[in-house]
Amino acid sequence: MHASTAGPDSGQAGASPRVLVLGIGNLLWADEGFGVRAAEALTERYVFPQSVSVLDGGTQGLYLLPFLETADALIVFDAVDYGLAPGTIKVVRDAEVPAFLGAKKMSLHQTGFQEVIATAQLVGRCPERLLLIGVQPVELEDFGGGLRDAVAACIEPAIDIALEELRGYGIAPVARERAVRGDDPLSRQTYEGGRPSAEDACRVGDARFLAGQEL
Amino acid sequence: MVATPNGFDLDNTGRRVVVDPVTRIEGHMRCEVNLDENNVIRNAVSTGTMWRGLEVILKGRDPRDAWAFTERICGVCTGTHALTSVRAVEDALGIEIPENANSIRNIMQLNLQVHDHIVHFYHLHALDWVNPINALKADPKATSELQQAVSPSHPMSSPGYFRDVQNRLKNFVESGQLGLFKNGYWSNPAYRLPPEADLMATTHYLEALDLQKEVVKIHTIFGGKNPHPNWLVGGVPCPINMDGVGSVGAINMERLNLVSSIVDLCETFVRNVYLPDLIAIGGFYKSWLYGGGLSGSAVMAYGDIPENANNFDPAQMHLPSGAIIDGDLSQVHEVDVRDPEQIQEFVPHSWYSYADESVGLHPWDGVTEPKFALGPNTKGTKTNIQALDEAAKYSWIKAPRWRGHAMEVGPLARYVVGYASGHEDIKDQVDRLLTTMDLPVSALFSTLGRTAARALEAEYCARLQRHFFDKLVANIRNGDSSTANVEKWDPSSWPSEAKGVGISEAPRGALGHWIRVKDGRIENYQCVVPTTWNGSPRDNEGNIGAFEAALMNTPMERAEEPVEILRTLHSFDPCLACSTHVISPDGDELTDVKVR
Repeated sequence: MHASTAGPDSGQAGASPRVLVLGIGNLLWADEGFGVRAAEALTERYVFPQSVSVLDGGTQGLYLLPFLETADALIVFDAVDYGLAPGTIKVVRDAEVPAFLGAKKMSLHQTGFQEVIATAQLVGRCPERLLLIGVQPVELEDFGGGLRDAVAACIEPAIDIALEELRGYGIAPVARERAVRGDDPLSRQTYEGGRPSAEDACRVGDARFLAGQEL
Repeated sequence: MVATPNGFDLDNTGRRVVVDPVTRIEGHMRCEVNLDENNVIRNAVSTGTMWRGLEVILKGRDPRDAWAFTERICGVCTGTHALTSVRAVEDALGIEIPENANSIRNIMQLNLQVHDHIVHFYHLHALDWVNPINALKADPKATSELQQAVSPSHPMSSPGYFRDVQNRLKNFVESGQLGLFKNGYWSNPAYRLPPEADLMATTHYLEALDLQKEVVKIHTIFGGKNPHPNWLVGGVPCPINMDGVGSVGAINMERLNLVSSIVDLCETFVRNVYLPDLIAIGGFYKSWLYGGGLSGSAVMAYGDIPENANNFDPAQMHLPSGAIIDGDLSQVHEVDVRDPEQIQEFVPHSWYSYADESVGLHPWDGVTEPKFALGPNTKGTKTNIQALDEAAKYSWIKAPRWRGHAMEVGPLARYVVGYASGHEDIKDQVDRLLTTMDLPVSALFSTLGRTAARALEAEYCARLQRHFFDKLVANIRNGDSSTANVEKWDPSSWPSEAKGVGISEAPRGALGHWIRVKDGRIENYQCVVPTTWNGSPRDNEGNIGAFEAALMNTPMERAEEPVEILRTLHSFDPCLACSTHVISPDGDELTDVKVR
């Protein structure tokens, strides 16, 4: 079974498809937050028609299922491990998406998200089109950290890929005259700007994954 | 052979079975056991292989924002962490919340309990008892008869309905996309259900998916958005405006009606599907009463769901509180989360360092200094561990203890404490279930008992949701529309130093956040989460933790197929995302089982 039937309204002639743009990952772990930050930047700078939802999916698993079920097309931003040079963008489509997520999982939420796609397929309500816009991270082992420069620099081109995809669906988002910033404590500016110093708060973790040295 | 102070004989001479990672849990966990010549588990080692560093992420942040960070710890307990966090800050700063805020928070917390228990049973745990591949062999007509026998009032029971589901399942499996079911051991004799029961339960797996998307709407109504609803120190972020129509965020009659219909959905599903399934499935496993571990000897609950705002007196909370030790169910001890002598975390077997590791630290004085080192008897290398040395440090989870005792927490712990302290609703539920299933009270102290307590609790929490919904509506009708107390919102109204603790009963068990605030910022923040209690490694006295204890003395059908290990670990609904950090180095998530 390939991607299955879309929702009930998708057959309407002329109606634009319902698109879910989803940022996933954990913003508390440096470049793991790429997906969430890309979605955030998109909402700050563009206005979308009702047929498009942009969602910060965080590390949620099955909670995201209802959002997938009502979409004809899904665009996902995520930090993913392709073994490429850090800060490289990689785009994967349709059937390759779940297969990819299963082949090289970098983080916990990807297990969850692969399962969400599989579950949506099992219930026959998976978006027909899938697009994964992935970025190879620079740094994950930095608790409380923000995006590294090379990954932050990918937000702009990643957004452009998403906009291009939306245009392909006949959807033209309108750029805001001025970016709208929320006062959410987790918004990128507040989160990265309010970070305590390394002396105050240890930023590293499991030695096995830091150094990879032998016993 | 080593005898532990908490009553287990450990023998690590037999074959070692390593399961890494343990799947269908939130977070990352590894488990090692030794088997004797009869394939019975005689030693158990449970390891949290991640560390998330939440404590250090929060240091220096604004305490009013702490909930937002804790909500990002993992993808499951978002709401419970947020609730516990705002309670900790309110406790530290002496903030009292309005009655409506208490009712709304209770509805959200109860909703999360019901939702989480259902998702756990059908989507994480069922596959330990139910074989979806065997369901393909079922006769839809016989399945329909079974369904009508176990739950006459559940409308979805026709032979055609089950045939459709069976066909859908068949297409899914035949497409080679076993995805969801790929880590199963489907030919293992540990699975005991007839195909019709397997088909019925698999069908409800799908029904539960449809239910859950309705259930979570409560978080959008009261929290403004989902996922990641908003919380507020001092109350709840949603204003009440009963005359309002369609305004964004405000609670009006239309929204309350929606809440009421969701409460109905929860009650109906638990009554017509979840409980009957538990009884039907459990009936085939009545002779498999392994996995009791600490549940009959050392259990603890903090209590939750205060009837009235700001009153955490155990007698005033709907979910029970107290500790039982040494197997003495005639005595329920009071738990004081502020007393430095009661709750302490030890690290002699955890990858952290203390100045003096012979003592435990109360969370207010907690220290989180990571220190990864493997013991001399570790087999393998740092990046490829074949077998851990449990005599040394071996886990990213600390070992919390209550007055020196390793404790089990969670639905079963709450139900044992509730039963022992004479909690009427709980006693009534438990007695009815045991009578229906023709089982003695001692049957509770098992893996199946843990699974059963979760289902009973879902029913109780669904009922309590109704209680607080009615209370909220009555209070609003009486003219009280207050939802937040912002008197102490401004940091200039705070003392220069303060400390507080927030408690809750998360779906997985007792949860505490301890905070110290200095000059308006977080100075220290320690979370002791349920899986820290249950998944704890050994302590300085040699007591094993609740997961380890529950695995002891369980016979395995096949050493290379850890169905029994998964079944028992899953019965705790482990969530290691918040107890611990990351990823197998090669990113491979397929469970690797090694027998040595």
